[in-house]
Amino acid sequence: MIVRKDFLLFILKKLGKVIFTVWVVTTLIFFLIRLMPSNPIQQYIQNLVVQYGVTYEEASSRASTLFSMDLEASLLSQYLTYMQDAIRLDFGTSFLSPGVEVTSIIAARLPWTLFTVGSGLLLSFIVGTVLGAVAAYRRESWYEPIISGTSSFLSAIPDFLIAIFLILFFGVFTWGGRGSIVPIFQLRGNFSPGVTPGWNMPFISSVLDHAFLPILTYFFSQIGIWVILMKGSTAGCLNADYATIARARGLKPRKILGSYIGRNAMLPIVTEFAMRLGFIIGGSLIIEQLFVYQGVGLELLKATNNRDYPLMQAIFLVMTVAIVLSNLLAEILYGVLDPRIRAKGGRKGAK
Amino acid sequence: MECWIRESVRKEVEKVQNRTQTQATLHNLTKRSRLSRNLKKIRRALMQDLVGTMGLVILLLIILMSTLGPIWFPLDEVSDPEKILMAPSAEHFLGTDHLGRDIWAQIVSGGRELLVLAFLTASIAVLIGIFLGAFSALIGGKLDETLVFLADVWLTIPRFPLLVVLSGFFRLSAVALAIVLAILSWAGLFRTIRAEVLSLKTRDFVEVAFMLDMPMVHIIFKEILPNMMGFIAANFTLLMRAAIYAQVGLVFLGLLPLDQNWGVMINVAWNQGVIYNPDSIWFLLAPTIVICLLILSLVWISRSLEEIFNPGLQK
Repeated sequence: MIVRKDFLLFILKKLGKVIFTVWVVTTLIFFLIRLMPSNPIQQYIQNLVVQYGVTYEEASSRASTLFSMDLEASLLSQYLTYMQDAIRLDFGTSFLSPGVEVTSIIAARLPWTLFTVGSGLLLSFIVGTVLGAVAAYRRESWYEPIISGTSSFLSAIPDFLIAIFLILFFGVFTWGGRGSIVPIFQLRGNFSPGVTPGWNMPFISSVLDHAFLPILTYFFSQIGIWVILMKGSTAGCLNADYATIARARGLKPRKILGSYIGRNAMLPIVTEFAMRLGFIIGGSLIIEQLFVYQGVGLELLKATNNRDYPLMQAIFLVMTVAIVLSNLLAEILYGVLDPRIRAKGGRKGAK
Repeated sequence: MECWIRESVRKEVEKVQNRTQTQATLHNLTKRSRLSRNLKKIRRALMQDLVGTMGLVILLLIILMSTLGPIWFPLDEVSDPEKILMAPSAEHFLGTDHLGRDIWAQIVSGGRELLVLAFLTASIAVLIGIFLGAFSALIGGKLDETLVFLADVWLTIPRFPLLVVLSGFFRLSAVALAIVLAILSWAGLFRTIRAEVLSLKTRDFVEVAFMLDMPMVHIIFKEILPNMMGFIAANFTLLMRAAIYAQVGLVFLGLLPLDQNWGVMINVAWNQGVIYNPDSIWFLLAPTIVICLLILSLVWISRSLEEIFNPGLQK
């Protein structure tokens, strides 16, 4: 019973931090929009006054409706209404496409990003942990330097440069005079223009064709980290008591690696995986620009280039919330998997 | 009392260490002979140093190219419409760009600004990190707790999207970007330096300095910092890497006005549709490769620095 109370306290503390972080980010955005000299509202009013000869009052009332902020009210009450809207997930309508709710734009774009980045992350996680465990277990083998070298090489190179190399390799260079491996029209967009979205074969295959290179990019840009982490974690478990005993019992190496060492080595990696889940949404900006992939990242870029502030702030908030929540998930997972952490966190909270 | 506890803890730790060591040797003896193990170790050490040396050589070559190169290979000031997007030739051995200018000359002059700004960013960030990290660890108490909490919160804000959003509000100049980048990356460095200082704080020479009532500035700059130089240098190169990533990324997205660097070249080459023109592929490929080399050299240097100063990590 005591343990459970500790655990509850632990989670409550973490939840408090989540709420605090989200509050900091929303407040930051409010100050950027409202308080900075030459903030977007001021610029909008200036623009109306100078270019269209509208009076200042008229312009500022227009700005009020557009930004859904009562500019006459005091700063504090403006801030309060802004926070109320944010809590109700009401981020207003997009400037660029008037009348369209910001949330509906995000809802339309989010699945694409989740699909590509998520599958890239999952694939690289599976392949990377297996390779890392093997590299640590067979440290004397000839292929260990190849695995370690390649993964440290891949983890150093920025993801968008990997994307450029992949585009050149698959989509541009002609191999043996037969044309490129991936036809160049598949390098852009989410699916081919001819197909109708829905659960039909041509659409699904077109989506997969178009997602191939982005997923491959995410795969290559993350696999190095998994190999390095898993290798380090496995190396730490190699000489643990249970591994020595398993060896003494004469178990097969594959069994030792899989059931004894691998399982324990996975603990820290799983929490790292939960943490990285959050970067699924935010980590795709440049890649989506390169592949003209219509996801959240590209939408944020479009919004930034066109100064579409409601959209910008909502997407940025979504990205932050994703990371904050996945951090929470990682911390809870860690507490569940490793009772020592939970006990420590609980006692600290109780103090 | 405290002394006694420390003593007993040390004994306990030693016991555990001895046990794991005997286990390790037993394990190794059964597997391989001593000789081949030692050979392995030497090869490993050489390899690691090789990587670090390679990184250093590449970095020096890039710096040399960017400082002295422009004297021999000046940028083409005027465009030449007759030589647009040419394949590599004897005259232009990386070909020409969409305005008929030599690409090699652009590569040679494209690194200077990037390097200077990355250096500036890393310097400011390291200064902030040392200042906050060292004081937070030495003073402790409420200040320390608050800073650790704030760093925790700060680290969850996605940095690159934040930069993109910020560039929507301000027109960032190159120097302003360097400063903003440095300020944005305070939390990570603060954490690592704080941890390092905390571990140094319990070492004898620092405790003695505290007992002698030395001023805080003396303790930080004369006792602690000299013992962290390798650690700081390793982090410095990693910060430079992050700065280059952010700069090239923002420039590629067209959110940052910079006149001549490799990121701009990638941006222009991409927007000119170079990938549809196999002859002029070096316009895109050359800056990409140089950026990769620069970043790899920085990462390699930092890795071997860490291994030299932190032999405990070697496994």
